[in-house]
Amino acid sequence: MSNYSAFDIIGPRMIGPSSSHTAGAARLGYMAWKIAGGNVKRAELTLYGSFAKTGRGHGTDKALAAGVLGMEPDDERLRYSMLLMQEAGVELVIQYSDEDVDEPNTARIRITDSKGEVTDVVGSSIGGGSIVITEINGLKVEFSGEYPTLIIRQRDVPGVINGVTSILAREQINVAFMRVFRHQKSNEAYMIIETDTQVPERTKQLILDWCPEISEVRSV
Amino acid sequence: MNYFFSSGEDLLSICRAEGITIGEAMIRREVLRGEMTRTDIIDEMSKNLATMRTSIKEGIEVHQSSVSGLTGEDAERLYRYKSRALMGERMARIVASSMAVVEVNASMGKIVAAPTAGSSGILPSTLIVCGEERGWDDSALILGLFTASAIGLIIADKATTAGAVGGCQAETGTAAAMAAAALTELSGGTPHMALDAAAIALKNIMGLVCDPVAGLVECPCIKRNAIGAANAVLSADLALSGITSLIPFDECVAAMKSVGKAMNADLRETARGGLAATPTAKRIAKQLGLAQTE
Repeated sequence: MSNYSAFDIIGPRMIGPSSSHTAGAARLGYMAWKIAGGNVKRAELTLYGSFAKTGRGHGTDKALAAGVLGMEPDDERLRYSMLLMQEAGVELVIQYSDEDVDEPNTARIRITDSKGEVTDVVGSSIGGGSIVITEINGLKVEFSGEYPTLIIRQRDVPGVINGVTSILAREQINVAFMRVFRHQKSNEAYMIIETDTQVPERTKQLILDWCPEISEVRSV
Repeated sequence: MNYFFSSGEDLLSICRAEGITIGEAMIRREVLRGEMTRTDIIDEMSKNLATMRTSIKEGIEVHQSSVSGLTGEDAERLYRYKSRALMGERMARIVASSMAVVEVNASMGKIVAAPTAGSSGILPSTLIVCGEERGWDDSALILGLFTASAIGLIIADKATTAGAVGGCQAETGTAAAMAAAALTELSGGTPHMALDAAAIALKNIMGLVCDPVAGLVECPCIKRNAIGAANAVLSADLALSGITSLIPFDECVAAMKSVGKAMNADLRETARGGLAATPTAKRIAKQLGLAQTE
């Protein structure tokens, strides 16, 4: 027996027409926007699989673009996102790829911020408006964004995890799920920590200040 | 009390043992899940109700045109005609409201998936329009939405609510079953009658395929929400009049699942069969530059 909520059946409140091709796409864009720190100067969107084939009729392009502007899936400005992109002075490139992908509704969102820094996020819409983020800056990861999530970029050496979890413990933040994703060659890793409560800026700064092996702390 | 029902039978024994409605059993289950307080749960559902009202109003009062340009303004058309309708003015209002929500959805407006975006018209139209005429207040309607979610939850758990898995019967069929049970309970029917109403709604459209023209949530989805709303009202009335379902709700759900499994993949949202495979549909898909999914 599954543990459905009433709101899995009635909900989400969303902009149509499709929970997977519109709401899920908006959520993917929104997650990428958050991971990139909310600063977008240029966005390159690549649509794969069913997103590429039927996305235009479902407004998948508009939904991804809306997300990249920081709109959530129920934002009624979503249908005007292309116009809003222009107004915000964000350069937008959309590509449709016929490359094979594991999940049918997949997108790559490559965001360049005003300092020229690039954040490259890959994710898939897996139905009912739910998503999974599968790659950040070339490193494989896996999280849904349904919980407040810390994304920590680190050197893959002993002791880092202990440092982070002890700070979270002191700050009274309960960890719901935690995984480490390693890049074989570069000695780089991402620690993905899903928490019960939002992680305040102060705590993120503490982690950066106290763990020299950590180069980046982002949250969504 | 363990409120984690996963079948109509479970749900009925909970309702009998506690002397409560299906709606109340669903709220208690949600509280037991432990993610939200009772107040927050009711509040979250009231937000859904508010959005449902707005999408009906928008669909009837504001000219809707879908992103593809294929559909729009039919809800408005039926609404204007309602006083002359053969089905009677109330049913015409319900059906127009159901189509209105799905037209809003197709024009990239805001809706509540119930259980899906493509079947989002049936539950709000039937509850809200009948509610206006019967004088059901918001707290009654919210309770009705919990009744509906209990039915949807059992179907999602035991079968599916996805057109890609079970065809349109799983989407507009589930929505109609949810609405039928809610209407029955709000009209004073027993939990048993509510489950019978849901069973009848599922039986009425068993085998309905998902064959969207050009893969879009427009044709035939908007009109399938029209018949879905009518199906819900009709099924509720049958149950309330004392008519029972020979096949119990749980068995109807199981039958719906096996029919979905037997359905060829061409008839499950792939836009390769049924109406989507007609010459007109193929021409439209080509004109819109939308390839059929393979």
